[in-house]
Amino acid sequence: MSKRTIIPIGPYHALQEEPEFFKLHVEGETVVHLDIELGYNHRGIEKLSESKDYEETVFLVERICGICSTSHPIACVQAVEEAGEIFVPERALFIRSTLGELERIHSHLLWLGLAGHFLGFNTIWMWAWRFREDVLNILELISGNRNHYAMMKPGGVRRDIDKADIPAIDKLLDGLRDPIAMFRDTVIEDPLLNARTKGVGILTREKAIAYGALGPTARASGVDIDVRRDHPGAAYGMVDWDVIICQNGDVFDKAVVRILEMFESIRIIEQCLVNLETAQGPIDSDPKIVATGEGIGIYEAPRGEVFHYIRSDGSNRPVRHKVRAPSFMNVPTNCETVLGETVADATIILAAVDPCYCCTERMAVAVDCDGGERLWDARDLMRLSLDKTDRLMEETGWTGPRPPDYLLKD
Amino acid sequence: MGIDDTITKISAELGDRMLEIDRHSDKRAYLEIAPQTVIASAQLMYQKLGARFQIATGVDIREGFEIMYHWVLDDEGLIITMRTMLDHEKPEVDSIAPILPAAEWIEREMWELLGINFRGHPDLRHLLLADDWPQGNYPLRRNHSPGADGGVTP
Amino acid sequence: MNYAINALTRSLNVFHLGGSACNNCDIEILDALTPRYDLERFGITLVGSIRHADVLLLSGIFNKKSAIRMQELIAQAPKPYLVIAIGGCPCTGLMFRDSYNWDRMPGEYVHIDAFIPGCPPKPEAIISAVVKLVDALRSGALVPGCLQEPSEAGELVPEAAGAAELN
Repeated sequence: MSKRTIIPIGPYHALQEEPEFFKLHVEGETVVHLDIELGYNHRGIEKLSESKDYEETVFLVERICGICSTSHPIACVQAVEEAGEIFVPERALFIRSTLGELERIHSHLLWLGLAGHFLGFNTIWMWAWRFREDVLNILELISGNRNHYAMMKPGGVRRDIDKADIPAIDKLLDGLRDPIAMFRDTVIEDPLLNARTKGVGILTREKAIAYGALGPTARASGVDIDVRRDHPGAAYGMVDWDVIICQNGDVFDKAVVRILEMFESIRIIEQCLVNLETAQGPIDSDPKIVATGEGIGIYEAPRGEVFHYIRSDGSNRPVRHKVRAPSFMNVPTNCETVLGETVADATIILAAVDPCYCCTERMAVAVDCDGGERLWDARDLMRLSLDKTDRLMEETGWTGPRPPDYLLKD
Repeated sequence: MGIDDTITKISAELGDRMLEIDRHSDKRAYLEIAPQTVIASAQLMYQKLGARFQIATGVDIREGFEIMYHWVLDDEGLIITMRTMLDHEKPEVDSIAPILPAAEWIEREMWELLGINFRGHPDLRHLLLADDWPQGNYPLRRNHSPGADGGVTP
Repeated sequence: MNYAINALTRSLNVFHLGGSACNNCDIEILDALTPRYDLERFGITLVGSIRHADVLLLSGIFNKKSAIRMQELIAQAPKPYLVIAIGGCPCTGLMFRDSYNWDRMPGEYVHIDAFIPGCPPKPEAIISAVVKLVDALRSGALVPGCLQEPSEAGELVPEAAGAAELN
């Protein structure tokens, strides 16, 4: 007689578990059902926005997410600009794209590091985040802060990129090409990473479309959508770059899409910086009112399309501000990708959609089991993932770096 | 196809179920339908035109509860919004979740934040708010007072 | 008391609890461990269970759903421990104070030993705060909240099942 037991898997960031709530009995290995529970991060932002004026709203939406900290403001100001028919000068468009792409690089490197951590490759974690610091240096140079840049406003941007800074930015960017190539080669060639990610957590193209999946999650499944190309905003219509599509929809493809996108991001930024030499002029059209109307602002965040809708009535506060982050559409796809997979793979599959922390909280996984008594908590799940890596290392004879001991023992 | 051709095609399919057309710009259109037409419009946009369901927005306004279903045609860069108005006293509409898994979560969210009932939804329960959130307390309604006590002003 | 101060001022085991955060502070905490700042060389490590923790890092506003969990979690933390609020959110709630999902200032139901404001505080700020905290503990200027007489705040923390047998 089989008994379904619930194992919790904490939010994306593995070191945030609360073992007390989710101590469960587990037997068996296969996942048969996924129940997703949200709400721990709900801060009532849409309602709060109605009591803030348009410039305060931009600060509010910046804090929806720390990693997509520029995507939400860009989409929000685009919605306000569409509602109020506000003009944005060309120089501001290039600066917006520069910041957006820098954010994409740092977000993908962050994901890469954490994915490596889940698979037991802490070297990838440390190296990816070490190179991420270079991107944060550029962002600090431009905006003054490593995260939460406060650069966007309806009508343009708040700060200019100083001409004297551009050589330093170019040098740092160029220095990223080799490390990203190293990550690309590691993921594609390493037999162990291949074994852990190829054919794992497949999202078919049909399911991706039915769930409305977005961003790299969709593009890894062969769905050819990218807001930057399909609905060009900011400067994306004025520079050359390619959309990266893969066909298999497994974790491997999701990793490859993100890594190759980083190269495209560097291309875009370099072109934007060149254009900034010639696109002189104001960085802000300094609108005084937002006319009555409604507007939709969409932007390709690192995780997919972020959507903002603003309805204005001519006053200085939005009547209605609807926000939809890409993870809202991507996280339900986990219901499809994790079925039939083993518990050891569950962590990496759930992480593969790159859930934005603040959009994804607790998840419960039901496992079919046959009675028996064994206590597993979230640390045990992490250990399962690492054990699988060890097992595969033995089978393939690969003797690469082991995760440090402190992760393996209590 | 362009926005004008798209609107023409949708009008041809819906006939006089299309109540009002607002060709907002080259890339945006807002089309009004009656609540009874919601499922037909979803089938038209998703299955026939191959549009992507972006999200749905619910608003509490003087005339009633307005729901806007946002559909995207990525090949053309168009966003077609289907809006419908529900009664203030008893806001309910057919759920499109049975045809479209992408709509499941947003209907749950509109149910719990605005109090709109989605008939036929497979799993209508709390998504974002705590399970013990007081019944009848809908934060996005106009008569919901701001602040943590979440009281309802008459 | 000496044992407690020793435990809290040497290699620290840190447990991070994010409650309704935008996660920027969480990332800056992780950044403090990565090669650029590398706190691990001082013996500071992140642990996965509160039962192993010396320091509890709070981030986020702790909305109605997560506040209860946080209180139950703290009830299980073995003494001595420190509670540090990272970022503007657990310090003051920032702009989320008017939200319908806002609960209370975390400081009202748990004794917070240190506040690190910022949005997010840079890793340098976090490191500087930890250094100040350690100095204050060693000099006796600060007594960890868990070792003080139970205050009104302490009594509000509900007894979680199983917590009694741990302490």
